[in-house]
Amino acid sequence: MTDDLDALRAALKAAPAPDLEAKAAALRLAMENFDKVQGSLDPMRLPLDRPQGAGFLTKVRMMLKPLTTRPILTATTSAAALLMGVVLVLPLTKAPLPMPKPLGSITAAAPETKPQPALTAEATAKTKAVPTLPTQQPRPKPRPMLPSPSESAATAMSDKAAAMQAAQDMALAAPAAPPPLTEAARSAPSAKMSANGLIAQKPMPMAQVQTNTEAYANAPQNPVHVTSDEPVSTFSTDIDTAAYSVVRSSLNAGQMPPADAVRVEEMVNYFPYDLPQPKADAPFQPSVSVMQTPWNPNSRLVTIALQGRSVTERPPMNLVFLIDTSGSMEEPNKLPLLKQSLALMLPNLQPQDKVAIVTYAGSAGEVLAPTPASDRATILNALDNLSAGGSTAGAEGLTLAYQVADQMAEKGRVSRVLLATDGDFNVGIDNPDDLKTFIAQKRDSGTYLSVLGFGRGNLDDATMQALAQNGNGTASYIDTLSEAQKVLGDQLTGALFSIANDVKIQVEWNPAQVAEYRLIGYETRALRREDFNNDKVDAGDIGAGLQVTALYEVTAPGSPAILNDALRYAPAPETTSPHELGYLRLRYKEPGQTTSKLIETPITPDVPATSEARFAAAIAGFGQLLEHSTYLGTWGYDQAIALAIAAKGADPYGYRAEAVTLMRLAQSLSR
Amino acid sequence: METDDETVARAAASGDRSSFAALIGRHYDRIHGLCYRLTGHRAEAQDLCQDICAALPAKLMAWRCESRFTTWLYRVVVNAAHDRRRRQAVRHKAAQGWGDWELARQDDIAVQAEALDWLTQTMQRLSPELRDTVALVLGEELTQAQAGEVLGVSEGTVAWRMSEVKKRLRAMAAEDAK
Repeated sequence: MTDDLDALRAALKAAPAPDLEAKAAALRLAMENFDKVQGSLDPMRLPLDRPQGAGFLTKVRMMLKPLTTRPILTATTSAAALLMGVVLVLPLTKAPLPMPKPLGSITAAAPETKPQPALTAEATAKTKAVPTLPTQQPRPKPRPMLPSPSESAATAMSDKAAAMQAAQDMALAAPAAPPPLTEAARSAPSAKMSANGLIAQKPMPMAQVQTNTEAYANAPQNPVHVTSDEPVSTFSTDIDTAAYSVVRSSLNAGQMPPADAVRVEEMVNYFPYDLPQPKADAPFQPSVSVMQTPWNPNSRLVTIALQGRSVTERPPMNLVFLIDTSGSMEEPNKLPLLKQSLALMLPNLQPQDKVAIVTYAGSAGEVLAPTPASDRATILNALDNLSAGGSTAGAEGLTLAYQVADQMAEKGRVSRVLLATDGDFNVGIDNPDDLKTFIAQKRDSGTYLSVLGFGRGNLDDATMQALAQNGNGTASYIDTLSEAQKVLGDQLTGALFSIANDVKIQVEWNPAQVAEYRLIGYETRALRREDFNNDKVDAGDIGAGLQVTALYEVTAPGSPAILNDALRYAPAPETTSPHELGYLRLRYKEPGQTTSKLIETPITPDVPATSEARFAAAIAGFGQLLEHSTYLGTWGYDQAIALAIAAKGADPYGYRAEAVTLMRLAQSLSR
Repeated sequence: METDDETVARAAASGDRSSFAALIGRHYDRIHGLCYRLTGHRAEAQDLCQDICAALPAKLMAWRCESRFTTWLYRVVVNAAHDRRRRQAVRHKAAQGWGDWELARQDDIAVQAEALDWLTQTMQRLSPELRDTVALVLGEELTQAQAGEVLGVSEGTVAWRMSEVKKRLRAMAAEDAK
């Protein structure tokens, strides 16, 4: 489609000629400012929102400036100049003056200390021949403190001072926009993060979330089902948490998340809950509780929670990092954050684990051959050398990553491919369905795939979800270093080592107790009723120590909250049966097995909800508010916040406190 | 023969008035052209251009001749455009909810926008990064490496952005055909 490009080129070339009057005015202004800048050492006249105190900096800089352009200095004068600089700077620093720290990018601005004597005079002579504007009175000499540049021995010290000054000047000026010089420079560091430079530890605010090419996996909200018509509800577990991080990154950027980006179950499952641990050998322990629905006094909320077994020992792992190094990964919240996240993960690996790195961008390549995790220096070095550039060939990289994983395979080891990307697959298999098939094949051969999403604007959430679901892995979205800590540090074992495969949940509701029910979330995880017993049908896995929570809103017969009218010609359900609300069935496979096991437990209304279940309810409510759910009535952010605060519990890592902050942010943004 | 930009700029940076006058006279049209391509708006381009001219004397003091003068100048223009864009975003937010006067003004803008040509519509549908890249690569006919230098990103990133632009253009064409 070069036609479009050519058309664009032609259209762009035809820029209108500048307005002559405006041109003259602008040139006049430029000359006036030139005189001002050259004419005195007063701070430059900088309009607009210039921070207070910045003028002093400029002054110091301008005083020191001649040091950099006049190369020939004696040690004494430079020392004197430095002293003056110190004297001038010191009183300033009593007010916090955020000097832009020279970052890695400074290297580009290698100190220019080449002597260029007599050049100015020569150039002046040449250009005098073409005066376009009238010359004004001779300008005053701006360098009173410099001696004549006749001494030729520039000492090491003055060189150093000049180099430092040059570096500082560059840091101040290079990426700056015209008027607020230092201000722009101060905001620039985040845009110029170097390979191993430190990223801001705080969640970095994103300049702008562009939703243009983002694609989200979602389905319409689950409707209310009538128990007598459809007594059985079946779905697969989901331990992904990507949706919560995406919501958080949107809100922190000052925008409401797109409703499609919200998957309530992933938001609920983001939080650790204090649940009863599994007994003996069981891989997980279900627990059920019932409470009044916060947003509807006439219905009840049934919380089904699964706690996975924690493992103290796990088999050694083979990890293949498949890293997207395409041009789009350049932004500071992508590749640099990714590098830091992986570096953060290394200490959590066991010495016998092995790590390999494969990159994909234009052409796929193995950057790091399988290396024991104990050899951290080699791995960190390989990470540091990654740089962004080129187009994305996701599928090619996947093939290579699986090849590497196959080479590494050994008996008794668990293999994982960890795909880190901003979600763009430009080249190769770009059809999600083909990718899915490919990954599903590999899954059956024992290598699982997890996906780490980075950055916004390009985020192909739909593909990420599809890949992780089919790869029996998790999809996480990493927006901050603290999220990396959670996903790759605290929950690493859970994310990489599953204790139960193909976990399916089926609930049969008792029509005598439950007239209507609605599953909150899990829209993308729905299974057909018959799939529950079909071991060929894939479902979600549960990692070691991880938890899954599902919430149902159920309405009793005769309750004013019933939405569907009773049928005139259908027999009314019996109301004499036991007081059980329903019956919970779980199916799972032990890792490596092909036949599933069944766990069954009745749901009784007499188990009171803990604060854990209430917090889950608050988050489910928050998620539905973000989805613009129609089931909440007048229940709003105020109530969600109150509920979350009341149920906050110990909250050792502050995740719940953060959720409350996000709710408040969403509340303000939605007004 | 004309003295090359770098020599003139060095002279201007060290305080020679006529050199500066020659320099800015020589490059005004270039600055204006890029401003137009970056903003896609005549009046806007003129304002931006004037801002840049006003700030250029001070900026020039920081020029270290580590790159070609035009590359440096492009970078100054692109950064100025970014800055302006950022300020406008803030102002735009503040302007929301200014009542009828603002509504009427927005209506006017909408009417104008309809009359705008294909170029503007196309450029407006690209993200700012892509727009900058297009302005430099297609508009100023820089190589991808030069554009990368100006924008402070790698050549590969520029290549990726251009392929992205192609992709978007194709999508837009498909959409328009509907």
